Amino acid sequence: MAVDMRLPTVRKQVADSLLSATAGKHLVVPGDVITSDTGFMRGHGTYMDEDKLTASVAGEVERVNKLICVKPLKTRFNGEVGDVVVGRITEVQQKRWKVETNSRLDSVLLLSSVNLPGGELRRRSAEDELTMRHYLQEGDLISAEVQSVFSDGALSLHTRSLKYGKLGQGVLVQVSPSLVKRQKTHFHNLPCGASVILGNNGFVWLYPTPGQQDEEAGGYYTSMEPVPLADREVISRLRNCLLALAAHKVLLYDTSLLYCYESSLPHQIKDILKPEVMEEIVMETRQRLMDQEG
Amino acid sequence: MAGLELLSDQGYRLDGRKPSELRKVQARMGVFAQADGSAYIEQGNTKALAVVYGPHEVRGSRSKTLHDRAVINCQYSMATFSTAERKRRPHGDRKSSEMSLHLKQTFEAAILTQLYPRSQIDIYVKILQSDGGNYSACVNAATLAVIDAGVPMRDYVCACSAGFVEDTPLADLCHTEESGGGTSLALALLPRGGQIALLQMDARLHQDHLDALMEAAMTACRSLSNVLDGVVRQHLQEVSLLTRE
Repeated sequence: MAVDMRLPTVRKQVADSLLSATAGKHLVVPGDVITSDTGFMRGHGTYMDEDKLTASVAGEVERVNKLICVKPLKTRFNGEVGDVVVGRITEVQQKRWKVETNSRLDSVLLLSSVNLPGGELRRRSAEDELTMRHYLQEGDLISAEVQSVFSDGALSLHTRSLKYGKLGQGVLVQVSPSLVKRQKTHFHNLPCGASVILGNNGFVWLYPTPGQQDEEAGGYYTSMEPVPLADREVISRLRNCLLALAAHKVLLYDTSLLYCYESSLPHQIKDILKPEVMEEIVMETRQRLMDQEG
Repeated sequence: MAGLELLSDQGYRLDGRKPSELRKVQARMGVFAQADGSAYIEQGNTKALAVVYGPHEVRGSRSKTLHDRAVINCQYSMATFSTAERKRRPHGDRKSSEMSLHLKQTFEAAILTQLYPRSQIDIYVKILQSDGGNYSACVNAATLAVIDAGVPMRDYVCACSAGFVEDTPLADLCHTEESGGGTSLALALLPRGGQIALLQMDARLHQDHLDALMEAAMTACRSLSNVLDGVVRQHLQEVSLLTRE
């Protein structure tokens, strides 16, 4: 049996000429004084140190009129109302589920903010409270939308639309939330034969494109039909493409994923994660994205 | 003194350094993809790895939850192969628990914990190779990992050890100097404000010498902070170059 073996190599250095391209950005590290002018407002990632506005995280300074924020390169998910998230149920409590969404506190999904089977106008009885585990139990994956943000930063989710609900068969990929590009829609049916939910929280769900949805099920019906091999291959390829893009810090959205998928086609699925192949594919993707932008 | 001569007549130390000279520092941020933040540091032959998870919901016993700030959870461990004699237990012995507690105190002083009520921040540090100054290598690695995780801090925390031999303060002790029987002191500093996050000294020292020793350690911490600063800025530039739109 052939075995692929690799030796450690020297890490590639980014050329100094390229690094100078970031000169226009205002990059700061913790403890850097941004301004000692008192006319500015203190935003996220900053604190006041003896009347001097000081950065508390490493990142780029963003200024909106009088408000100064520092946006870190990588952080946990900071949810905003309307964000699409993919999460995992960690706990079933009274009238609520706790959902792990890569946020700094577990999110809450209230029984009153889900669509139960039987349609919109169904009353939630005490019986529903007892059978909550029947709908969603610990370990289940769901897609949901952020309904509101509590004062301590915890998120309240809802699944009151047919597109949200329990996730069935598919693959979950975790990337940094800052790599997911904000777009009008985060649900995509890709032309290559699979669908993807790009959660704002960095959880990406890849699944076979569903057929006709059964309205009555209210998003709690999960198909246990075996997925054909062809679909599984497409999903595996997309997963490796996602990991390749994330490793090279390319923003994730439908176009970048599709371009990466297309440029990976000459290679075998398992080869995509080899560093040299990964670099080639990502380079081609970047080039195509730049050409498209013009 | 019997045995080794820690400072030669010419004023050089065992490994050829001058009294105030530091060992070579090399560091990298973002070494793991799974953790929220991670870093690796080499200070001479001492090598440490730090990972940060969080802030996240408090796991384990709920009673630990604080309603006004985040809980900081530190775990220090040494790889079994890190010392000359193989270790039995990588963590959990008395020395490691004490070190974990010191790390916790250090980072509670630096991280803006009040921004994350009811959360928990985990810092795990592992010594891969031990050649003196374990505490300082751990603090420096953990600082880089915390910055990588995007957790807000007042300032860098830099730590350095210092010893006192023949009326001369020595900065950044190596293993032979640490075990040579002299006094050694570990100091963690927030360099910009000059606040001391932790100060620890186990052996006896004449009061008159304390100021000189602390001054030496603080100077060493400041030069270390410049090195760390360079590493963070380099990392920042590289990543922001790749993610630009």
